[in-house]
Amino acid sequence: MSAILKVEGLSKHFGGFTALDSVSVAVEQGERFGLIGPNGSGKTTLINCISGSLRNEAGSIVFDGHEVSRLPAYRRTRRGIARSFQIPRPFKSMTVLENLIVPLQFVGHLKTADAETQAIELLRGMGLADKARTPSDRLSQVELRKLELARAMAARPRLLISDEAMAGLSGSEVDEVLKILFDLNAQGITIIMIEHIMQAVMRFSQRVVCLDAGKIICEGPPTEIVKNGDVQRAYLGA
Amino acid sequence: MKFWLSAAVLLGLAVTAAFTVQNEYFFFAAYIVVQFVILATAWNILGGYAGYVNFGTGAFFGIGAYTAVLLIKAFNLPLGLQILASATVGGALGFGIGLLTLRLRGIFFSIATVAVAIILQTVILNWRYLGGATGVQILRPPVTPPFDNYVKMLFCVAVLLAIVAVAIARYVEGSWVGRGLRAIRDSEEAAECTGVPTLKLKLLACVVSGALMSAAGAPLAMYQSFVEPESAFSLNYSVSALAMPIIGGTAHWIGPVLGALLLGSIQQLVTVTISSELNVLVVGVLLVFFVVAAPEGIVGLARRLLRR
Repeated sequence: MSAILKVEGLSKHFGGFTALDSVSVAVEQGERFGLIGPNGSGKTTLINCISGSLRNEAGSIVFDGHEVSRLPAYRRTRRGIARSFQIPRPFKSMTVLENLIVPLQFVGHLKTADAETQAIELLRGMGLADKARTPSDRLSQVELRKLELARAMAARPRLLISDEAMAGLSGSEVDEVLKILFDLNAQGITIIMIEHIMQAVMRFSQRVVCLDAGKIICEGPPTEIVKNGDVQRAYLGA
Repeated sequence: MKFWLSAAVLLGLAVTAAFTVQNEYFFFAAYIVVQFVILATAWNILGGYAGYVNFGTGAFFGIGAYTAVLLIKAFNLPLGLQILASATVGGALGFGIGLLTLRLRGIFFSIATVAVAIILQTVILNWRYLGGATGVQILRPPVTPPFDNYVKMLFCVAVLLAIVAVAIARYVEGSWVGRGLRAIRDSEEAAECTGVPTLKLKLLACVVSGALMSAAGAPLAMYQSFVEPESAFSLNYSVSALAMPIIGGTAHWIGPVLGALLLGSIQQLVTVTISSELNVLVVGVLLVFFVVAAPEGIVGLARRLLRR
């Protein structure tokens, strides 16, 4: 296996606050990678830097052999990094179908008719096909999460970053979203999962990294992570 | 096809009216209404589709008017070239302003556009060659045949410009550019992360919008035979160009057209029948009414009624 994403020495400050302090991490091609950490530990900042929503100050981000840390977010998406948002951000003036047509047109450069066909196909995979013509501001919470994933997938990524796609969902809904992510991974897509629901992230990930106060405090298979003293201290306090 | 047919019919009607209707004042007033159709349509490309509220319509309009003045004074160029030149300058201005301000979001962008309007007005105010604060008198050249009256000809030119503006807005709306702009309005961060080159698209919208606004300002010199900075850069243009699309509805190209026709006509009626000061009040009252009662404008209202 070779690394599809290699982050080295990544730092990010907000004023005097250090959100990321020289973080280095590598994600293998086809891996299911879990990113955990208490609130405010820098998880979302890290993936904002990777996806391009934020610019890192120091360090490098190498995706598929290319340095991408100076590219605007849309170019990184075109290279194959897609993400979902923690708080769903649908294009609310558009239908579910149109939401997917945006990346299909801007990344895939498809004609509208072809984009529609592919969008329907993607929605079917997510169990959202019957909502295709629904305005996206009328979706339920779980449908919004699925739309986030579907729209990210419409950019045809090789790396999908799922930012708390399951927060606030019920047990059976979590299973539904997990199944979707497993299916995508089986198609060869590398997945970084950020999640607070431990049971989900432990079941899903092959390898887990735990962030605390902008630093990686431990890294390993899920079974080891839960036993790790530092992780327990970070979450529960010493 | 239906659109172009209607456009051709409209232009035909305008020209026919120019040769049959005698009352010159009608054209004098109608010109203003049509000018607002152009301004409102232009504003909507950036303000409506992309959600970037431009408060600097007056700047683009005024620069358009003064570009024409400069070309008349320096080279005595014909009207067609004045309009083309004004559009080019307006587009360039849009690009420049866009580069400087489009990284700002929401209210900060709007404030920046107000600042630009004030800066440009100050520049013209202190430019002696263009008349400075006292303004500049322009002598109209002889009217181009087959027209027999300059104001009537300007009216037809304005109708043609409005058709061009609406056609451009309609094309943008239906194309991938429009889809990208809508995505930006809904969530700029999500748009960027789904592959939309947000800055490029916003710049494009700003250039097109600015070019059309300045083109609308170009005939002002000939229309009034006199231009001075205070009225050419008037905040009224900025307010009306924003109010009309909001009243008509920003989601569809017909919205700004309806808003401009409605508000522009009422303003002209009020100016003639009651007072020229009161028309500002009309804008305010209608704007408040629509924001409260029909936030999606006339277009949204019509859609809701049709769905029932």
